[in-house]
Amino acid sequence: MRVKAAAYPYVAWALLLIAIPLGLIIYFSFTDSAGSFTMENLIQVGGYSNVLIKSVWLSVISTIICLLMGYPVAYIMSRSSAVTARTLLLLIMLPMWMNFLLRTYGWMSILENNGLINQFFGLFGLGPFEMINTQGAVVLGMVYNYIPFMILPLHSVMTKIGKDVIEAAQDLGAGPVKVLSEVVLPLSLPGIKTGVIMVFVPAVSTFIISQMLGGGGNQLIGDIIELQFLGNAYNPNLGSAISLVLMLLVLLIISVSGFLNDDDLEEKLL
Amino acid sequence: MNDIIISLQNITAEYDGEKVIENMNLDIRDHEFVTFLGPSGCGKTTTLRIIGGFVEPTEGDVFFEGKRINDVPPFKRNVNTVFQRYALFPHLDVYDNIAFGLKLKNTPKEQIRIKVAEMLKLVNLEGYESRNINQLSGGQQQRVAIARALINEPKVLLLDEPLGALDLKLRKEMQLELKRIQQALGITFIYVTHDQEEALTMSDRVLVMRHGKILQNGSPEDIYNEPANAFVADFIGESNIVSGVMHKDYLVEFAGVKFECDDKGFAPLEAVDVVIRPEDFKMVSVDEGQIVGKVESITFKGVHFEIIMEGHGLKWMIHSTQSREVGAMIGLTLNPDDIHVMKKMEETL
Repeated sequence: MRVKAAAYPYVAWALLLIAIPLGLIIYFSFTDSAGSFTMENLIQVGGYSNVLIKSVWLSVISTIICLLMGYPVAYIMSRSSAVTARTLLLLIMLPMWMNFLLRTYGWMSILENNGLINQFFGLFGLGPFEMINTQGAVVLGMVYNYIPFMILPLHSVMTKIGKDVIEAAQDLGAGPVKVLSEVVLPLSLPGIKTGVIMVFVPAVSTFIISQMLGGGGNQLIGDIIELQFLGNAYNPNLGSAISLVLMLLVLLIISVSGFLNDDDLEEKLL
Repeated sequence: MNDIIISLQNITAEYDGEKVIENMNLDIRDHEFVTFLGPSGCGKTTTLRIIGGFVEPTEGDVFFEGKRINDVPPFKRNVNTVFQRYALFPHLDVYDNIAFGLKLKNTPKEQIRIKVAEMLKLVNLEGYESRNINQLSGGQQQRVAIARALINEPKVLLLDEPLGALDLKLRKEMQLELKRIQQALGITFIYVTHDQEEALTMSDRVLVMRHGKILQNGSPEDIYNEPANAFVADFIGESNIVSGVMHKDYLVEFAGVKFECDDKGFAPLEAVDVVIRPEDFKMVSVDEGQIVGKVESITFKGVHFEIIMEGHGLKWMIHSTQSREVGAMIGLTLNPDDIHVMKKMEETL
């Protein structure tokens, strides 16, 4: 009983800060400003489908880049000595200790037309290159901010792959490529799934990064939602409806691509 | 000798600047069951890993069928390993674990199926094809590991303390089974263990190792009956080891008594170690005893009693099927061939 009681604070927390707000979002989605039932909000969401598609598209690209860049790092980390692994982990976490806005401002001053990179190219009479206010800049911002969330779960799964299992594969005739494709990759699948979710979900609802690095032309769905609550467009009902659609969309994408329900594999790993 | 399959020549290996193997020379013949025996840290596993290709010797050469293989990576060597903790692939079932090596060689599916069935039969695991690894007991996992290694038809199978995690009864069963498999396939087994009984049971040849050196290289009988020094004697079975002095050929003094023995070739009055197996003492009456003392304790060990006797200022361990009263005075005698005289080890035990 005592063990159960320890969960009460979290239950209260979840009720207060997850269940009730979720209920409110659903309520707002189906009502107008006067409080009467309407489908109008959800119908209006259709008007933002281009933004929605763009958000998903840029998040998918960012997630793939995070995976491609994070995987080798996590692998090397898991195969290096404890000291090296800790140092690398610290280096990856270090930027996260700095304020998110500050980091993104940093990128602005690097990418700007008279920013660091263009100043450098300017020395050779090149440029300025248009880097800020592009989709590329938004992807860069997402990758930069979210890649630790890819590396950490990958690292934790990969450290569980025993050195002896890899040696066994080599012993049975597997060269480096086969060791990766036949042993390391399948065994790190749970980490890949977790990492993909942990990068994709925040990326798809990003708003500040797209405003700061993408300029006015690269509004993402997160920016539209923000606009309905804090901006001039003030329409919490529409904002709630977009949030709801986004939430369902994410849930759909994740479940369709089989990124949930991997208990089976995790069980095998334990 | 043309049937030498593996040859280690002047092998030295270092780990963190410390020598774990020192100038080792060793030939292993085809079809042999060779066991490296020694306490942990003696370099036996390192030697095995050098043959497997997982450790590079700092000096010396490894030859496989006469060809130097120092630079050949593990996945290109015609040896396979059964690892200490099995190291099975947790994401594959029994069938795919065993088939792993053949799939890498792009063997036709049908042939893989036949070979896997053959292997499962060899290790007595028929019908387990689609089991998950975590559904298997330790002994079954061990069998899968053996099958997975043997399916590649290696010329040499390396086994790194494969039975260490099993309980005593299962271990004995597997010892006999491994010996059977080795004889059935006629390939070379190189086995690593710290269990002297295991080594004596299975091997054609035992190499007793300590501090990265081979102390003795011989058949199980030789090693047990004629240990090269006090360390080997102590490590293989139980022994009484006492200091003595060699008076002349065939005459040794220890515990204040002179004994006839079978050993010769020592310097006059050379200090020696004398090794006596506890089962070689004969208990007699006090008058007849060469060594006389008082029984201090008796422990029943199943097949025999273990009697600790104090006499001549030393404690003696005696194994006998007869019991005595604690506190009783008894005498002990020895035949000359029960006394093993050996040179003092340079280092202390």
